[in-house]
Amino acid sequence: MKTDDLIKALAADAKSVEPPIARTLAIAVGAGALLSLIGFMMALGPRPDFFELLSTSVRYTFKLIVMLSVAIPAFFLVRGLSRPDFKPDGSLWWLALAPALLLLGIALELASVPADTWHARMIGHNSFYCMTIIPILSLAPFVAVLYALKSGAPTYPTIAGAIGGVLSAGIGATLYASHCPDDSPLFVALWYPVGFAVMTILGALVGSRFLRW
Amino acid sequence: MLMRAAVAGDEAAYRVLLEQLSQLLRGVVRRGFAGVGVARDDVEDVVQDVLLAIHLKRHTWDPAMPLGPWVLAITRNKMIDGLRRRGRRPEIAIDLQQFDIEGEDPQTSIDAYDVQRVLSSLSDRNRDIVQSISIDGHSARDVADRLGMTEVAVRVALHRSLKSLADMYQEKAE
Repeated sequence: MKTDDLIKALAADAKSVEPPIARTLAIAVGAGALLSLIGFMMALGPRPDFFELLSTSVRYTFKLIVMLSVAIPAFFLVRGLSRPDFKPDGSLWWLALAPALLLLGIALELASVPADTWHARMIGHNSFYCMTIIPILSLAPFVAVLYALKSGAPTYPTIAGAIGGVLSAGIGATLYASHCPDDSPLFVALWYPVGFAVMTILGALVGSRFLRW
Repeated sequence: MLMRAAVAGDEAAYRVLLEQLSQLLRGVVRRGFAGVGVARDDVEDVVQDVLLAIHLKRHTWDPAMPLGPWVLAITRNKMIDGLRRRGRRPEIAIDLQQFDIEGEDPQTSIDAYDVQRVLSSLSDRNRDIVQSISIDGHSARDVADRLGMTEVAVRVALHRSLKSLADMYQEKAE
């Protein structure tokens, strides 16, 4: 087939354009998060005194903010990565926001509670649930985001998949954090990253195979 | 401007744009491959792959951004795919340069031949549709009338066929 003939075929197909990738991703994230939220409300739900805790418990509110500080920058990064002309730039630093906040939280925690309670606070009561439920709650957003990315054209498919994994874990972890009774930043820093690591690695693996175009 | 009209579904504007882009791309790919010693057919092969990708991924272009960097990013990706398809690593390709000088012989038409093969891998009806519209220059309306299909069905078949062409390129690169 000659190039000019191909162009004729492409022009004849001009009306087949898909919705803008940014919109597709936003809808996918919204739908995935909603699905997880529904499952979460039916199976676990937030702590019963959720609204009261938001105004009274600094630690509880803080851990929710940390989780959102992962999910929100990850969303914008995934959106950038879905385009072929994305260049890794300063926006990657937003991923450091959550670890930085968490380090600050740890420092404040260590300064404000007696040293003999550090260990108990770090180990907590729900580490096993934390490590397993976060990936489960991440699953719906994960599938939705990776599927939406398939309609994109990422120059870095592995990284796009990995950040998609971070985003889905951010959503799952935000939900789980509202349920978990362990509020110490020490607990959050030790156990939550396990769920994030699982979803990030999964995203990189799926991305490297599934997101080539 | 043209791309904005094209994304809005304007066939004529889109065709003009693709024609202009294909000339630009030919130069870019040829220059990019200059040091690697790639045959003329391979350049055209990559140009077609880029045009297909521009077409199937045009919803990833942000109208608020300039078109150039987006096109060049796609071109770069497809040039790398093109080298992979030739079964060589970009870094050792320069050593193979002398073999490619013989590249005028029929052996290098292999990729052009593959496009024919891809076309022949389509169902009879889809191949008929693609060839009528591309090579014979008929409109989707005419093809629909001739085959007793609706125009929408012809457009869907055309779109599917273009996707399988792009997939075929991608499979060969992996």
